[in-house]
Amino acid sequence: MKTETAIASATPLKKNQFSKKIKKQKTLVFMSIPFIIYVFIFNYLPLSGWLMAFQKYRPGKALLKQEWAGLFQFRLLFQDETFLRVLRNTLCMSLINLILGFITAIGLAILLNEVKSMFGKKLVQTISYLPHFLSWIIVCGIIVDVLSPETGIINQLLLKMNIIDAPINFFAEAKYFWGIVGISNIWKETGWNSIIYLSAITAISPELYEAASIDGANRLQKIRHIVLPGLKSTIFILLIMNIGNILNAGFEVQYILGNGLIQKVSQTIDIYVLKYGISMNNFSLATAAGIFKSVISILLIVIANKAAKAAGEEQLF
Amino acid sequence: MERQEKRHAPHYKMSFGSILFDVIKWLILIVFVIVTLYPVVNTLAVSFNDGLDTIKGGIYLLPRKFSMQNYLTVLRKDSLRIATMVTIARTVIGTITQLFVTAMLAYIVSRKEFVLRKFLTIIYVLTMYVNAGLIPGYLLIKNLGLLNSFWVYIVPGMVSAFNMIVIRTFMNGIPDSLAESAEVDGAGHMRIFMQIMLPLCKPVLATVALFIAVGQWNSWFDAMLYNSFNENLTTLQYELMKLLSSVSSQSGNVDALKNTGSMVTPMSVRAATTIVTAIPIVCLYPFLQRYFVSGLTIGGVKE
Repeated sequence: MKTETAIASATPLKKNQFSKKIKKQKTLVFMSIPFIIYVFIFNYLPLSGWLMAFQKYRPGKALLKQEWAGLFQFRLLFQDETFLRVLRNTLCMSLINLILGFITAIGLAILLNEVKSMFGKKLVQTISYLPHFLSWIIVCGIIVDVLSPETGIINQLLLKMNIIDAPINFFAEAKYFWGIVGISNIWKETGWNSIIYLSAITAISPELYEAASIDGANRLQKIRHIVLPGLKSTIFILLIMNIGNILNAGFEVQYILGNGLIQKVSQTIDIYVLKYGISMNNFSLATAAGIFKSVISILLIVIANKAAKAAGEEQLF
Repeated sequence: MERQEKRHAPHYKMSFGSILFDVIKWLILIVFVIVTLYPVVNTLAVSFNDGLDTIKGGIYLLPRKFSMQNYLTVLRKDSLRIATMVTIARTVIGTITQLFVTAMLAYIVSRKEFVLRKFLTIIYVLTMYVNAGLIPGYLLIKNLGLLNSFWVYIVPGMVSAFNMIVIRTFMNGIPDSLAESAEVDGAGHMRIFMQIMLPLCKPVLATVALFIAVGQWNSWFDAMLYNSFNENLTTLQYELMKLLSSVSSQSGNVDALKNTGSMVTPMSVRAATTIVTAIPIVCLYPFLQRYFVSGLTIGGVKE
């Protein structure tokens, strides 16, 4: 009985306190209002555009007066050979980027950690960050130059070493494209991505190394038994974050480097959306593809998070 | 002390394996540095080399037939002059407004007593995962009348949830007593934010400013998507993108250029434009390295 009355009287009191608090925090509330309006307009209002995916949208009419089509667009999407191919390209390039990216960034961090000279370490690090600050347009230009059949250094080297007889036109054959995208990505981001691993390695207690030295472990053994286990939780967290991005294979590289000859392997979901939506004005189909991408990404991140929880690892949320 | 030195001794013992390890380590790192730097140095060499001479091939680290013609062509091009102005304007205005607005939001959600704190944080953090996508976003910009306008570079990305978290995490590390004592002295939130928090947050603000400025300087997609019909709103990267697609479509087309008597080729002009576009950032980032390394670590851990 006693507790019941306590609860009954607590509720109005709480409400009272809440409005009192709001009054007291008037300035903060006023400061928040523009932010709430802003995020609503720019991030949540556009979500109403998702309705287009369930319509046969035609520009010029109000959103709610459009002809409804149920799941028609999604059915169309999955019957579209181009979409399925684009989906495959996205997944494959993403996986290549993910695996290559992880290995190179961790590798670089481990090597940098082994450098005893402060100056040498700093120099390599500074140089390694450089490509991250260049735009994809610049990087793609560089890749085009390096791979050029006439003047590119790769072809020159391969010719000099007698590995090939004639220069390869890398952008004319489909089999090279995914590799080129993967290498462009590691060229641009390896140094930047190693920052987080290097700081995780620095956090490992020096006592562990000392104990290992006393036990007679050599440097490779220390990397295997101390550094790599020390990186485990960082790797897990980044993996979770990246799994949610698996359908973001990047858009810029493929858009800039892709051409008519290799579009069967170069186009990703984002390019598909751009092509159908902006160029061909098929807003409904493009939005359906966009929704598919968003929903899968959110699902993947939730699943990865659950999996990390089950494995006893740190989670994102 | 002496004992500690002794303990360290085995660590530095020069066994054969350890030397081999060092050799391989430096070999890999040197290859890595060469692979990273070569393309940039090569672009620099091409940009200072005579255009027609470059096509013969063989330009690697240094120009063979020195020429300033490529840079002169770039400087004379009206479109590139406009693009430079627009890019500088969007970088400066965009960085200042985004930084200020994002820091203000970070301040609001860092006030532990604030009732709407959780609500605000959640609605912003959610935007990192839920994205309406290209088409709804495009229609929004269109309906807001931001197509063909300079403000499309500034307004839509004004608050970044990621940067907000980075700044908030830093602010949480500042002792509450500082803000509290100011409050006792009668300072309002605006004043605490401007006069106490902003100066204390300089390191993290430098990091975030760099992130924003690089993003602004390097973006081209918004220029293409929203402003491609307005030549007065073009950006450097978008112009570079146009040069890139024109190079790949007319790579063998030297004769046409020979006839006009011009000594520049699309490839050499692009090299010069690339260098002009990259220089500001390349000169800036080494000095901010200390800041962004720590900023990235905060963001990565706390996200």
